[in-house]
Amino acid sequence: MELYPITPNHYLALSAVLFTIGIAGVLTRKNVFMTLMSLELMLNAVNLSFITFAKVNSDLTGHVFVLFVVSIAAAEACVGLAIVIALFRLKETVNLDMFKSLKN
Amino acid sequence: MLEAMVFYILAAASVIFGLLMITRVNPISSAMTLIGVFGALAGLYAMLNASFVSIIQILVYAGGIMVLVIFVIMLLNLHKDDLQPMRAQPFWVILALVALFGTILGPILFCVLPNKDWTWGSLTPDFGTLMMVGEKIFSDFLFPFEILSLILLTAVIGALVMAKRKL
Repeated sequence: MELYPITPNHYLALSAVLFTIGIAGVLTRKNVFMTLMSLELMLNAVNLSFITFAKVNSDLTGHVFVLFVVSIAAAEACVGLAIVIALFRLKETVNLDMFKSLKN
Repeated sequence: MLEAMVFYILAAASVIFGLLMITRVNPISSAMTLIGVFGALAGLYAMLNASFVSIIQILVYAGGIMVLVIFVIMLLNLHKDDLQPMRAQPFWVILALVALFGTILGPILFCVLPNKDWTWGSLTPDFGTLMMVGEKIFSDFLFPFEILSLILLTAVIGALVMAKRKL
């Protein structure tokens, strides 16, 4: 893969790198906010792939899908943060290790 | 040449901001760096002839979702002592990145992508503009679009029910 000119492969490689960073964030952080924000990063990495393939295939369906993903991400953030508020009221913490009531 | 330079600057910015995001102790700093990632990605979308999606990325992600996240972080008012036990351990972050590089990223970068020679398609000048995307949504994707409004309504009511102290 040459550095120049920019091909679709460059964008797809960047998308893969960002997705990996997102998974690493989900796996390593104990703060529930960090998990939610890493999820947003993973969604954005996938969106970049969608937009790249939309340009490769000259097809606008990829753009429509990205708009749908953005809307679903907004709904997900809304519900997720409501759950965080409810959990914080219950446990007074946002540490994921403390949320183990369902264990045993 | 200019296109390559802009691409590499935006790509480096998004990766660096992403790495900063998963290592910060304070969630507010993480949210700010994540807004940087979204800004860089909006620039990349603009380079890919997706002008409308690029604007929506800034409006909805940086302007809507992240404001909501920052609002909730500030609402909970976490202290430094609460945050310290939840900081990222560099050892585990590096281990996770190496493991994921071996299992996901390495195969994609070195086995899948070099064997594919995708080229850019031929585009009309109005590809990705609001008019074209709108025509696509309101012709082929009208029913999913209406379902989406139901999903958003459900999410809003669900969030209210969960976050309210008592109904």
